[in-house]
Amino acid sequence: MSERSEQIVTTAPTAHGDAHHEFTTKNYIVVALILGAITGLEVAISYVDIGAVFIPLLLILMAIKFFTVVLYFMHLKFDNRLYSLLFYMGLGLAPAVYITTMLTMHYFG
Amino acid sequence: MTDTALRPDAHDAHADDTHATTTGLSHNKMGMWLFLGSECLLFGGLISTYMLYRGRHSGNLGPDQIYDIPFTSVSSFVLLMSSLTMVLAVSAAKGNDERNTRVWLVITALLGMTFVGGQVYEFTTFYREGLGFTTSLFSSSFYTLTGFHGVHVTVGIIMLLALTLMLRHRRVPGDKAEVVELVGLYWHFVDIVWIIIFTLVYLIPA
Repeated sequence: MSERSEQIVTTAPTAHGDAHHEFTTKNYIVVALILGAITGLEVAISYVDIGAVFIPLLLILMAIKFFTVVLYFMHLKFDNRLYSLLFYMGLGLAPAVYITTMLTMHYFG
Repeated sequence: MTDTALRPDAHDAHADDTHATTTGLSHNKMGMWLFLGSECLLFGGLISTYMLYRGRHSGNLGPDQIYDIPFTSVSSFVLLMSSLTMVLAVSAAKGNDERNTRVWLVITALLGMTFVGGQVYEFTTFYREGLGFTTSLFSSSFYTLTGFHGVHVTVGIIMLLALTLMLRHRRVPGDKAEVVELVGLYWHFVDIVWIIIFTLVYLIPA
């Protein structure tokens, strides 16, 4: 890997001027390793009987992985808040619509 | 191979267009985030449909009997690592390192191909075991959900390879680092959708 790819990536400040953050190649690798470890943990607990906490634990681990990618790999944590708004609108609307639909079809009953 | 600046110079007309917006933000990037937000609704519908119908199957061709968790776990890990290589491509692009940008883009595409290859193998195995698209409501919803995701990954691979070639032949107009970032956003989205599918479809038993 050349010297250049080790350069620090600096995201542009937002309109609010509050998002100036530096992330290096090493940081990205650490984040990826954490994601890999969580995936391993998910698979491991799917083979173990841990009772009622099984599904909530898997959902929490899924959410951690999801938002880690969104915030750090997609840079939403450091980028302008308008981008977050556009994405989270869709992300929030989808479960709202479909959980309502599933309720009407008595999925949870 | 020489490094070439990915960012346009001060006289590049496209660069001026990028920043001349009422919000001061890139319209291209805003459009991509809006598109990804709308994609949440598409995949939300497909995942909900699967959740509704995953118990509607006959005999021993249900999710608990047919899934190969170790195999899918490896595929998931491969796709997850492709997000790392993608973010390294974006990082290299922002650092004006064209050579490494192309290298990471190609590696990302190869990892994506590995994932799609695994999905084709999985579908073929299921089909040979008797699980066709119209076998049950479970199979229809499963193939539709994972198939749609696979098509998204395939489109992403095409975008990555096309972008690599366009960078090689200097055919990318405007802010090249931003173009790499936009393709990266799409790729990461494909990854986060799989994070949800892997847990809800494969790991949580029906």
